[in-house]
Amino acid sequence: MPPPEIYNEMYDAERSVRPHYEAFAEWLAETPESRIAQNRHAADLLFHRVGITFAVYGEASGTERLIPFDIVPHVIPGHQWEILARGLRQRVTALNRFLHDIYHGQEIIQAGRIPAEQVNQNPQFRREMVGVDVPGGVYAHVAGVDLVRHSDGEYYVLEDNLRTPSGVSYMLENRKMMMRLFPELFAAQGIRPVDHYPDLLLETLRGMAQRENPTIVLLTPGHYNSAYFEHAFLAQQMGIELVEGADLFVLNNTVFMRTTQGPQKVDVIYRRIDDDFLDPLAFRPDSMLGVPGLLSAYRAGRVTLANAIGTGVADDKSMYPYVPEMIRFYLGEEPILKNVPTYTLRKKEDCAYVLAHLEELVVKEAQGSGGYGMLVGPTASRDERERYRQRILDAPERYIAQPTLSLSCVPTFCGDALADRHVDLRPYVLSGAHHVTFVPGGLTRVALREGSLVVNSSQGGGVKDTWVVD
Amino acid sequence: MLSRVASTLYWMSRYVERAENSARVLDVTWRMSLLVKEPDLQDQEWFAPLNITGTLFPFSGRHSEVCAREVLHFMALDPENPSSIYACAKHARENARAVRGSITSEMWEVLNSTWLEMQQMDEEKLNARGVSAFFDWVKERSHLFRGVTFGTMHRDDAYEFARLGTHMERADSTARILDVKYHILLPSVKEVGGAVDYYQWSAVLRSVSAFEAYRKVYRDVITPLRLAELLILRDDIPRSLKFCLRQVCDTLGHVKNEQSAETLRCAGQILAQLQYARISEIFSGGLHEYLTDFLDSMQDLSDQIQKSFFSSRTVE
Repeated sequence: MPPPEIYNEMYDAERSVRPHYEAFAEWLAETPESRIAQNRHAADLLFHRVGITFAVYGEASGTERLIPFDIVPHVIPGHQWEILARGLRQRVTALNRFLHDIYHGQEIIQAGRIPAEQVNQNPQFRREMVGVDVPGGVYAHVAGVDLVRHSDGEYYVLEDNLRTPSGVSYMLENRKMMMRLFPELFAAQGIRPVDHYPDLLLETLRGMAQRENPTIVLLTPGHYNSAYFEHAFLAQQMGIELVEGADLFVLNNTVFMRTTQGPQKVDVIYRRIDDDFLDPLAFRPDSMLGVPGLLSAYRAGRVTLANAIGTGVADDKSMYPYVPEMIRFYLGEEPILKNVPTYTLRKKEDCAYVLAHLEELVVKEAQGSGGYGMLVGPTASRDERERYRQRILDAPERYIAQPTLSLSCVPTFCGDALADRHVDLRPYVLSGAHHVTFVPGGLTRVALREGSLVVNSSQGGGVKDTWVVD
Repeated sequence: MLSRVASTLYWMSRYVERAENSARVLDVTWRMSLLVKEPDLQDQEWFAPLNITGTLFPFSGRHSEVCAREVLHFMALDPENPSSIYACAKHARENARAVRGSITSEMWEVLNSTWLEMQQMDEEKLNARGVSAFFDWVKERSHLFRGVTFGTMHRDDAYEFARLGTHMERADSTARILDVKYHILLPSVKEVGGAVDYYQWSAVLRSVSAFEAYRKVYRDVITPLRLAELLILRDDIPRSLKFCLRQVCDTLGHVKNEQSAETLRCAGQILAQLQYARISEIFSGGLHEYLTDFLDSMQDLSDQIQKSFFSSRTVE
């Protein structure tokens, strides 16, 4: 049994099943263990056969691994989801308004709500984007907002992902797998569907085009990228071309793709390449992945990029503490989703506090992602903490710190027995010119090691299906 | 469609077809090696698969002796041999992975699970399974892939380029398989017309799954002339050169573009030669010489296809 301060999604404090998990608990009690074991095995085989894999950096090139899939779903009651949904819509709307503002009048800075250096000196702030009008004023067309539930039962936003958030294909495949293996579960209760996500995404992208019948493409770094499966999957689901940088070229500020019938004009690029690699003429000259001249065509308004260039300044971990302020400033509303209290180490007093309380805190690089290079104070060894302390002292401005959240737990198969494991939730929020849409739920990631709080797939995390039930 | 994707699909199909044909060549060799023969000609036929696939040189660099065991391993399982069945399964799967968005998930699953199973294969498992059973498995996987492609794929340009790869490769390997007799027979010309000869020709027929068709068409004993006619000039035999070239011309007609005229001409010329040739003339000039010329012109056509459809181009 977990310590009582951890919120368990399935059981309440008395260890009785919460109402929204009752249907599942009943099924679990009735279903023979052998069938569950057999179907867990079947899930592994199926994932292998359809090749739902991700590449792992730092291992021999081309190494592909399966993401472990757990059959116990993360269930969220409909009424709670409604609140989350409103909060997500509010937050992402504010973030888009913020991005538009800082690349135009910078009113939020002039109003003194965010320090100017916080924006203008941020390496993710793209001067090339100043004064550029993007279609519909939308910057983050696709946003992944990481949520966790703390011991107080409340959801907190862990971070916003506004660059090229990934993982949505696992959300879709997990659902497909559950429906295939355990159809009776879906017949027994109202689980809201998620399969229309590619349609919503395509609609969002089409809404960004400047002409009828636009050509939309998905730009991938190629099949050695860790998320290549997802790129191929989404392109196929949407019926758009999956292109690599070398498939595109720019002439007279117009983007074309090379086809067997000659060049074809491209209108919208759903790009899954980081800003730095998009255009070797504008950003990293050594990039082999990008398209020379793309930035110029983009600035001229001849092609739409989703997400826009320069969104990184808003999801940077050092900007995160200011998001509630953005919501108040642009929307005149109080934030619905809570922020985790955050120490910014560029501030002297925060830095001193963090160094004195390393064993209680999680310290992250403001620019990092994928769970690489973070320190989880309570579980780190003394040695690890001391080495990290040195890194902080060398460049404090690169770090932020937060209290260790006790992520909520969902029972998870470990071997043949169930054990509580920590989870987080990443809903995917789509922003069009006129409205914000999403499918209910999102991707649930689970830390498979006992006590671990790191859910990233690159760090041994697994995934679960996420159910919003009515 | 994207030039890169077209090229990848084309090569994906070629590798599948190549794996199948390597299995066919090895299978026919295996069958021939089981025939009784003079002791000093033992293992002689194992030169054939190496000659046919043009891999005698790299083989000799790594093996001292040409014998069943070494050649089978080299041609079926050796990851270092770029034309081994193992390597073809790998390349087919890698190509498919690079264009997953353009093929159906069923096609991908066939190539992916073939590769996963191929990876588990070693000499011991191959022998335990039986050499012929292994070749049957390779052929079945290839049949399955083609069937799934035929049954699931949208009939757009992607389908045409996949089909183009299949028939380009197949024409190439039928020509090579026909030539196998040339490579095997050389050392024992005196046997021509004997029982061994009969079994060898029927093994060739079986290797391209045309034994029953031969019987149906000719209702007569197997002669080299008729066999060659069947596999070169008939247009109702799915592995014949003429059939394959018809498919190639048909596909090229579907995908043609502003700069592919020369490619279509090139393919049309090869087809025309097959259409108006007489088998007796082919034999009087020498079958081996004819097939060698054919393979050369297929190589030219392959280069032309590369140039007019797959090369990176900018606005004209």
